[in-house]
Amino acid sequence: MSVKIIMRDKEYEVRPGMNLMSALKKLDILPEAVIATRDGDLILEDEILKDGQVIKLVSVISGG
Amino acid sequence: MKCRICGRKAAVNMRQHKLALCRDDFLEWVPQQVERFIQKYKMFTREERVLVAVSGGKDSLGLWDILIRLGYRADGVYIGLGIDEGIAYSGKSQELCEKFSSNHGLTLHVVDIRKEYGHPVPVMSELSRRGKGKPCAVCGLVKRHVMNRAAREMGYDVLVTGHNLDDEAAVLFANTLHWEGEYLLRQGPLLPGREGLVRKVKPLCRIYEKEMAAYTLLRDIDYIYEECPFAAGSTTTYYKELLNKLENDHPGSKMTFYVKFLKSRQSGLFVEKEKIQQSLHPCPNCGQLTSTDDLCSFCRMIDKISQ
Ligand code: SF4
Ligand SMILES: [Zn+2]
Ligand SMILES: [Zn+2]
Repeated sequence: MSVKIIMRDKEYEVRPGMNLMSALKKLDILPEAVIATRDGDLILEDEILKDGQVIKLVSVISGG
Repeated sequence: MKCRICGRKAAVNMRQHKLALCRDDFLEWVPQQVERFIQKYKMFTREERVLVAVSGGKDSLGLWDILIRLGYRADGVYIGLGIDEGIAYSGKSQELCEKFSSNHGLTLHVVDIRKEYGHPVPVMSELSRRGKGKPCAVCGLVKRHVMNRAAREMGYDVLVTGHNLDDEAAVLFANTLHWEGEYLLRQGPLLPGREGLVRKVKPLCRIYEKEMAAYTLLRDIDYIYEECPFAAGSTTTYYKELLNKLENDHPGSKMTFYVKFLKSRQSGLFVEKEKIQQSLHPCPNCGQLTSTDDLCSFCRMIDKISQ
């Protein structure tokens, strides 16, 4: 039972049933700095993550 | 979360505005906001010829898209910096700009630094021995000079860049930390045109970086996701992260920091010393305004590397 979270070339796993906000907190990722997508759709922090889902995080910060 | 306008499922939540919107309403909302700030800061009109500096990144391509949707006469300029570093960074960025412009039937001017000045930016940086191993100082100098030159030579009324609120807040934070008086006097959404310098504006200065990323994704605009290899560990990125921590705990902090700065300055927080204004004069070689005594920093750099 797990939800896969992908950010650039890193992969994390979290337990299903928590919402995206808690998952990001657990992984120590600032919600301000990423956009979360699932199957191409944007999802928000209150979205409950379900078993087997793959969430891709798009980093929004560009430096330079 | 539900869209405040239509009640459908929201795709974007902007805590600083207490506003959640669905995809369609968000894609309408962003251009409306940009239009509002173009008017508010009197950036340009629909009669003027606008040149957008595009880098292939989300902000500048997103901005170009917005300006076209709003009915502005906007062409693009891409500056080929010649940054390869094994990932063909400049090459890929250029392709994405060309793809966007041909998909939308737009005019894109390309200035290749290697062709114009003999060396790509990283080599220029080494030859001029500025910037301690990082080409960013020279890169910034080259971009500012060449963008301005391109706009002047091709007769554009205004030069537009894709700086978003996070960029502006990070620069403001750096300038404040170091009490850079001169920069604090000048930083803003609009830099009026002066002798040798074309008017410069930042229509995204009130839009969060996260909103621009969402806009570009939802509009299906192909942009360069990789960072410039020299951006890793930059202080700008570090300041942005700091400000995002603040924003996370206190939504709206970034916006307040920037907007209140502009307002306070307008109401006289900083009093401009005449000296600062008067010390600018046109560079004898290129004609752009400079504060240095003789040649401007760009022309001095070119001088140095061609010896
Ligand atoms: S990170 Fe430095 S070298 Fe790369 S584009 Fe930005 S300023 Fe230029
Ligand atoms: Zn809606
Ligand atoms: Zn000069």
